[in-house]
Amino acid sequence: MVASKRIGQQTLAFQNPPVILGAVAIVGQKEGEGPLGGFFDQIEADPLLGEKTWERAESRLLQQAANLCLQKADLVPGDVDFLLAGDLLNQIIASSFCARELNVPFLGLYGACSTMAQGMALGGMLIDGGMAELVLNCVSSHHETAERQYRYPTEFASQRTQTAQWTVTGAGAIVLGSSSFAKTGLARVTEATLGRVVDYGIKDPNNMGAAMAPAAADTIAQHLADTDRKPSHYDAIITGDLGTVGKKLVLQLLEQKGWQVPSLLHDCGEMIFDAAQDAHAGGSGCACSATVFCSYWLKKLQAGALKRLLFVATGALFSPTSYQQGESIPSVAHAVVVEGMPNGGGS
Amino acid sequence: MGGIKADQDQAKAYSEMTKRVTPNAPLFKNIVLAFLVGGTICTIGQGVLNLFVAFGFSPEEAVTPTLGVMIALGVSLTAGGIYDEIGRFGGMGSALPITGFANSIAAPALEYKREGFVLGVGAKMFTVAGPVLVYGTITAIIVAALRWLLVGIS
Amino acid sequence: MDFLFAFLIGGLLCVAAQLVLELTSLTPAHVMVLFVSLGAVVSGLGLYQPLVDLGGAGATIPLPGFGHALVQGILKAISQEGALGLLTGGFTATAAGISVAILASWVAALLFDPKS
Repeated sequence: MVASKRIGQQTLAFQNPPVILGAVAIVGQKEGEGPLGGFFDQIEADPLLGEKTWERAESRLLQQAANLCLQKADLVPGDVDFLLAGDLLNQIIASSFCARELNVPFLGLYGACSTMAQGMALGGMLIDGGMAELVLNCVSSHHETAERQYRYPTEFASQRTQTAQWTVTGAGAIVLGSSSFAKTGLARVTEATLGRVVDYGIKDPNNMGAAMAPAAADTIAQHLADTDRKPSHYDAIITGDLGTVGKKLVLQLLEQKGWQVPSLLHDCGEMIFDAAQDAHAGGSGCACSATVFCSYWLKKLQAGALKRLLFVATGALFSPTSYQQGESIPSVAHAVVVEGMPNGGGS
Repeated sequence: MGGIKADQDQAKAYSEMTKRVTPNAPLFKNIVLAFLVGGTICTIGQGVLNLFVAFGFSPEEAVTPTLGVMIALGVSLTAGGIYDEIGRFGGMGSALPITGFANSIAAPALEYKREGFVLGVGAKMFTVAGPVLVYGTITAIIVAALRWLLVGIS
Repeated sequence: MDFLFAFLIGGLLCVAAQLVLELTSLTPAHVMVLFVSLGAVVSGLGLYQPLVDLGGAGATIPLPGFGHALVQGILKAISQEGALGLLTGGFTATAAGISVAILASWVAALLFDPKS
């Protein structure tokens, strides 16, 4: 049997593209004070969200994003066929603990900071494959849970390097529906390019942008090759959380592959903080690309200011154990094509 | 550059490329800040030392209680959420003095209380300071033994 | 005058550590380990005591001073009790500091929560 919905090596083209019925971005105080503060749905001033631990706080962020997202799409958890969620914590407990509250069949995902795009691609497959009508995708990250897991205790006095990125506290959620919901859709997901794991030998866990840039370049170039398109087919190519250093690298790597895209390419990690916020190379974490995409970029699509985006979320697939053992940092990037719906209802 | 897993040459070329786009650390600024923060902490320590001397301790005897006071100060500033802010700009100026050693013990103690007082606080307290004690002790024993053998104890 | 020298010696030791941090790929924990060990070595060579005489707290408060205290503690214990001093002297000399650190940190954990 021929895989009729495949184009080229790594790209899927949905026959009945799933539509985005609702999207939510909830962030912490620092993100709320950043340049995109006005675009987020909710800003949480308390990093603990009234909970006892940072981990519970992260799970709470995820739950709030999931519930608000369903509410915005006029749905209740019982309407949803599957929950696809992921985060950065060991054994993705923020997601599992969120799923415990939602009572929806759950698939836990781990793609590090690429998880939102991974979930959108998988959700699209479930829906276009006729396995689901409605799929809820959500991801979270939390600065303090990431610090204690990957780096030092939160009160430990340490200086951040120039290439270090600041893990975004926040959660993003998207509910995808089958094409039968087209009239209430905000945008639709038409294609996905699933990335290979790429490793160019970067070992410094404080330079994830450099570790992930080759994966982003590989997936973008593969997508263009698979679809036989030029970058200008898109109004914007949006990378996840490469930060200022990784963004410069991905532009150079794409140039080596013959593509010049400096004015088309935007990076969520670079956008979410400004220079005065002491975030050094920019934001990172699952919630970085997810919250910026679910707020700023989807609003641009809805407003018709942009018509077609290539959203390329990137993930560094390492653990504290692997870098202490001297391993380099493998990375992955997944891309989804998201198009505006000029005739869609959306509000 | 092609491969998915870069070979040695590719990794080297990419590492060079990364260096070229990485902004230089503000070396001069960091050094000046380390000097000022470290110097200030030591000056406070000298004040404490002088107090003990004023109360009749000899300068040698005063060292131990001074370290005790400075450690208590480092722990207090950590508990108050202040020492990590000093560390953000002070760098080694805040890490090298004994107050930084105290911070490295108090920070995991606070952080891991949520995992309990035995397997959290008790077990994690020395995650950063442990290596300092281990290598300080080993080096000191070797150095002292060598000195004893080669020079003798005066 | 002792304040000035404490500031200068303490500050310069921190500058040396900062330089190591900036110019190598070592983490702060590695640099702390390196400097406590260096302090012990320099002390064994008999060169740290002059720094203490000059800088006072500027030489005893930074971690190399901790290495110095360990070595001098061991040497003193050897002179008093012979070979056993190799194993007891270091901890005897530094016990007060470590005890304060453990006790104060435990009490801090009891009373305070980490802030972001």
